[in-house]
Amino acid sequence: MHDTAAAPESLLAAPDQLTQGEITAEIQAAHAEYARREAEGEILPRTMHDFAPYRSSILRHPTKNPKLVDPEKIELLSPAFGQRDVAAIESDLTLQHVGEPLGERITVRGRLLDSRGRPLANQLIEVWQANSAGRYIHQRDQHPAPLDPNFTGAGRAITNEAGEYLFTTIKPGPYPWKNHVNAWRPAHIHFSVFGRAFTQRIVTQMYFPGDPLFALDPIYNSIRRASDRERMIAAYDHDATVPEFSMGYRWDIVVDGPDATWSEQEEDQ
Amino acid sequence: MTLETALEPTAGQTVGPFFAYGTEYDRMHEVVFPHSPGSIVLSGTVYDGAGAPIPDAIVEIWGADADGTVSRARGAFRRDDHTFTGFGRSFTTDDGRYEFWTREPGPTGSGAPFFAAIVYARGLPDKLHTRIYLPGAEGDPFLASLSAQERATLVAIREADGSLRHDIRLQGDRETVFLAY
Repeated sequence: MHDTAAAPESLLAAPDQLTQGEITAEIQAAHAEYARREAEGEILPRTMHDFAPYRSSILRHPTKNPKLVDPEKIELLSPAFGQRDVAAIESDLTLQHVGEPLGERITVRGRLLDSRGRPLANQLIEVWQANSAGRYIHQRDQHPAPLDPNFTGAGRAITNEAGEYLFTTIKPGPYPWKNHVNAWRPAHIHFSVFGRAFTQRIVTQMYFPGDPLFALDPIYNSIRRASDRERMIAAYDHDATVPEFSMGYRWDIVVDGPDATWSEQEEDQ
Repeated sequence: MTLETALEPTAGQTVGPFFAYGTEYDRMHEVVFPHSPGSIVLSGTVYDGAGAPIPDAIVEIWGADADGTVSRARGAFRRDDHTFTGFGRSFTTDDGRYEFWTREPGPTGSGAPFFAAIVYARGLPDKLHTRIYLPGAEGDPFLASLSAQERATLVAIREADGSLRHDIRLQGDRETVFLAY
């Protein structure tokens, strides 16, 4: 047992440093293996916790199956949020400093829904991302791309009555990391979303259409099915494009899992 | 139960290494005001499969008030230091330790009371749900369905100073029991 942790930044580089070709082959083999197991009737989650191409997951994923449990009341509800919990300006990541950030201005909008298609109103959405050069403001980011003094890259919004959210930001750049030699993350925005129930809580990432790095990225590919991966990609939406200002993207988020309103309906029947 | 619309859910992803500036907020680990009547410290260490503390994890708890009431009050995100909202978030320190000021939840149903908890970390491809039961929890049908070793991973330990300690192990012999619904 270790008494103290290693310095976090020292953990960011995988020890074996394979080539991209070797990692890509591992990704393809893992997808084929999970498809085979599913074809044999095994129930598998959408995101694989056991996904060795993502090297830092090797010692950090559970090896036992989760226990299926009936959710109790606390798990079928979630913390309450309201429009006043977040200032309107927090959803515009281009207005947080004195000057204009560098890069391609974008508008990202979409709806938060449950799996029955019902909109989830008054839910907190938190986002964070790299700047246009692919640099995070986080102190442990060692990528030698420039920081942008006019861009932090964090935002928040509360969904409206129709479950809609909208962020104005800068398109993030691709980002190098140390999973393997010449590893690059596709451009992405991290999303953290509450739902109507704690079971529905989701942290995920939104990607941009046509990124050439999709097939190479272990994190994107920790989602084993192509159809699930493709739903992580926002769609270019000309109706969301603001004339003379920003390119528009649309991305809906669908939360999984039961909530209290489902149980009430079941009890009624 | 019939589903009117069955949309495919969005898949979860890792929180990555740089979540701090996106998800930190003021007094996020203070579910209740520190040292207020009935407040306790709930803390522990998150470990990986080699027994090393994980310095870049997030633990979130969501629990009922001491009388078993599930709070519907806003304010988990903007603390006013008196409204009980039941939600807290803690980043692990460089020693892998998380910490909350909270109250011990009362029972919300027939089962033993617990904090609902979610763990996220760099290197963890998706969230993990678990429960943190209070010491001495018994008579709970879910706990009773587990082996003694599994059960021990879900029940907090009372320290001499009255605080609760609960370590979370993502992998290994004493791997925490994680939940699917």
